[in-house]
Amino acid sequence: MRVRRLAAMARKEALQIWRDPRSLLIALLMPFMQLVLLGYGVSLDIKHVPVCTFDREASQNSQDLLKHFQASDYFTIAAVIGNYGALTGAIDRGVCRLAIVIPPDFTQRLSTTGGAVVQGIVDGTDTNTANIATGYAQAVVARYAAGARLEASARQGAIATIQPVAMQSRVWFNEDLESRNFIIPGVIAMVMALVGAELTSLTIAREWERGTMELLISTPVTPMEVMLGKLAPYFAIGLIDAALCLAFGVFWFGVPFRGTLATLFLATALFLVVVLGIGYLISVRVKSQVGAAQIGLLVTILPTTLLSGYLFPIDQMPVPVQAVTYLMFARYYVTALKALFLKGAGIVDLAAPLAAMALYAAAIAFLAARAFHKSLD
Amino acid sequence: MAAPDPAIAVRGLTKRFGPICAVDDLTFEVERGAIFGLVGPDGAGKTAVIRMLAGVMRPDAGRISVDGVDVLAAAETAKRHLSYMPQRFGLYDDLSVDENIRFYADLFEVPRALRERRTGPLLEASNMTAFRTRLAGQLSGGMRQKLGLVCALVHTPQILLLDEPTTGVDPVSRRDFWRILFDLRETGVTIFISTAYLDEAERCTRLGLLHEGRLRHCDTPQALKARMPGTLVAISSTAARAVRDAVAGLPGVSSVLMVGDGVHVVVDDRDRRLPELRAALEAKRVAYDAIAVATPTVEDLFVGLLGSRGDGA
Amino acid sequence: MSAATAADAPIVVERLVKRFGAFTAVDGISFRIDRGEIVGFLGPNGAGKSTTIRMLCGLLRPTAGEARVAGFDVARESERVREHIGYMSQKFSLYTDLTVAENLRFFGGIYRVPAALLAERMRFVIEMAGLTGREEALVGTLAGGWKQRLALGCAILHRPPILFLDEPTSGVDPESRRRFWDLIHNLSSGGITVLVSTHYMDEAEYCDRIALINRGRLVAFDTPAAMKRDFPGGELLVLECDVLGAAFAALEAAPGVRDVAAFGNTLHLLVEDREGAIAALPGYLADKGVAVARIEPVAPTFEDIFVQLVGRKEAA
Repeated sequence: MRVRRLAAMARKEALQIWRDPRSLLIALLMPFMQLVLLGYGVSLDIKHVPVCTFDREASQNSQDLLKHFQASDYFTIAAVIGNYGALTGAIDRGVCRLAIVIPPDFTQRLSTTGGAVVQGIVDGTDTNTANIATGYAQAVVARYAAGARLEASARQGAIATIQPVAMQSRVWFNEDLESRNFIIPGVIAMVMALVGAELTSLTIAREWERGTMELLISTPVTPMEVMLGKLAPYFAIGLIDAALCLAFGVFWFGVPFRGTLATLFLATALFLVVVLGIGYLISVRVKSQVGAAQIGLLVTILPTTLLSGYLFPIDQMPVPVQAVTYLMFARYYVTALKALFLKGAGIVDLAAPLAAMALYAAAIAFLAARAFHKSLD
Repeated sequence: MAAPDPAIAVRGLTKRFGPICAVDDLTFEVERGAIFGLVGPDGAGKTAVIRMLAGVMRPDAGRISVDGVDVLAAAETAKRHLSYMPQRFGLYDDLSVDENIRFYADLFEVPRALRERRTGPLLEASNMTAFRTRLAGQLSGGMRQKLGLVCALVHTPQILLLDEPTTGVDPVSRRDFWRILFDLRETGVTIFISTAYLDEAERCTRLGLLHEGRLRHCDTPQALKARMPGTLVAISSTAARAVRDAVAGLPGVSSVLMVGDGVHVVVDDRDRRLPELRAALEAKRVAYDAIAVATPTVEDLFVGLLGSRGDGA
Repeated sequence: MSAATAADAPIVVERLVKRFGAFTAVDGISFRIDRGEIVGFLGPNGAGKSTTIRMLCGLLRPTAGEARVAGFDVARESERVREHIGYMSQKFSLYTDLTVAENLRFFGGIYRVPAALLAERMRFVIEMAGLTGREEALVGTLAGGWKQRLALGCAILHRPPILFLDEPTSGVDPESRRRFWDLIHNLSSGGITVLVSTHYMDEAEYCDRIALINRGRLVAFDTPAAMKRDFPGGELLVLECDVLGAAFAALEAAPGVRDVAAFGNTLHLLVEDREGAIAALPGYLADKGVAVARIEPVAPTFEDIFVQLVGRKEAA
């Protein structure tokens, strides 16, 4: 291996990246766009669910209950309905996701031991939201019920009141339960995959298509020098992008970062080796730029988005699919990232995912180094 | 008669593309300092031969040695001794003239001082000194080819492989190109060139005529011309077609070729046929300026030795 | 030529310009071609030959200027233009996975050749191309020369009065090239006007008139004989000697020699004074160790003419 030749390849590749507006766009603008889009656009929290109310009794008690809904952050009263027909229409049109119907005998039933029943009608087309909204609604009603009971027993002069048991929960690590806090770290994985796939997968294919490869392979340059020289600039771009995402996430979005930069660098470097290696392999095998780009997309970005645990929790997936995710290299990186950001995990804590990534990196590097042959056929 | 130390030696070279045998059992040698021209109707065969010499394509059979190095066994070593200019422009459009030259100099590990000493005069001879910072993609076709040659020469190769380097290039650039090649010969560099321009073929010290994958003839242009059957008679006239119509089909005429300034006729016996030709022209009242025996050109060679087998076949 | 005849010349071009962004491919070309002429567009790659032809066929809109083909304006009436021309593009554009006959039928359909006439025209074309007996061969299996002739055949199926051939002899062996020009001559003597582009300077001799094009500009437009006669810049000599390389270098520095170029295995010299050079140069070269076998006047080739007209600076 001659350093001079390697440096020449790296310098040439860097110049070409710099002069190609499309590469620069992907390398610099895409990460930024991903961060903004996903940071602001995606929120997996449920807040301000629109609610319609149908108060068939219109008493002080029913209004009291409805006020509890109004006061809650999780709900917004979207409409006050007067009949079932309008209610069905409101849900159909999407004016509200949840309808609360208070029966005309609410107050009377409240005083009897049967207890009053409040009807909640939920738009089930989005089961996630439906489940969570139902849960919140039940909590609101339960709070009202507890309050009403206390009041009632106070009026009756009960001496020994049994306080209902309430659960107080504390959330570790992501106290605000801000989904953004675990999405942003995942975006870093996306961006690395993008750089690895889209940028790198073109590099060898482009030389074949433009006709420069034929001349290159007639020189003494070795396949290893070609590979390392070509990938070096992309590696640098990847690290820079990671740093940019980190800075943006922390200082703009306020995502906490509790780990060390060194650990982040190690995990990112390993992941980069894997995606760059995959991109390179694709570029060597698929000699057309268009084909290489498409396959790059399939092999890196899709699995990273769907199966790495970045947007969709792995433990919610069907068991066979969970097994498949163990093969997804992105899974380990996303796990490591989330732990780094939110738990402040160190290298020891991350030994398992880091080891898995190191294994992947070694395998890919081995395959990539052997893939490229200096021959036209 | 093998030269003691040929620059290029090829034995039984064969290459097939699917059912077609593009290169069929070629054997030849190129001595040091020669300009060897590979000409022939078939484009694929010539390019395949050069690619195999350059070590970028593997033959199906045969052996190649370049500057004494076995290309099949030690391709990477052989590449240090040669430079290759592919038919399609092989440099980087998004790099400047200087950046391209530096890249190739680095790949061959040319010391920086030497690179600058060589580049200056080469660019000067190509009239490209003013364009050093221009991106290669913005150069004219002729300049791109000259740049290709400069990059090929920056590491002073012993052997230069050129695949149709001046096809479609403007005449001025072609002349600059050949001026550089002529200068090279003084330094003992061996040049292997495939060309579609038959006037370039005339300049070669040896010619190989490739036809249907086989090397039909391989010798100096003079020897090849002497080998042509019959005698060549050149009739210069502005009414070339009329001349052609008048003499075609006459007894003893084996081929009639329209050329730039008239017609070339190949006859079996000059003494008998020359007057017959004259008579035929006069009978048809075709005006002509001169009629005399002439040395065949490479174009005549082509037709005379390869024969008109319904061409392109 | 009367105004009436001039107006209905098959091809009239006036200050035609084509720009692609900042790049000017065709820079104000003007010329007129008469009926039955064979006009050659001669120039290196990138000179603007293809671009001009495409504009004349109605395939590209001119940036400025005007052109009329078969009396129709190429920019505004391009569909009418296309009905009256045959076009052979630079890149081979027949279908390699169809047979000879299928290709012909396809183009017959495209040009709406009446069914009754198609069979006869197809026969004519097949014979012209020398493909009799090979009608069912896949075009992809044909060799270069045959493919070119077939492509020409497809372009004339509908008997257009005007033919545009864009580098039809590129990449074809010299024998085939010549046969091809024979075909063109046959067509032209039947009254068809032909505009052919080529980068082979020696093909100029086959044309009635030549347009020399370089960098988008028309450098000269005349008959081959006139161009040779009016050769500018001096007298041309041919020199044959034993050591070309050394002679080359020595002659470049010789007094009275304006330009030296290799031609074949000889050198073409451009000198100021012919007689003086013939007398003095052999001795001059002998002093440098080069023996001169022959030195005499020679008619300029089109390469010589091109170089003199374009000059060193422009071509760079």
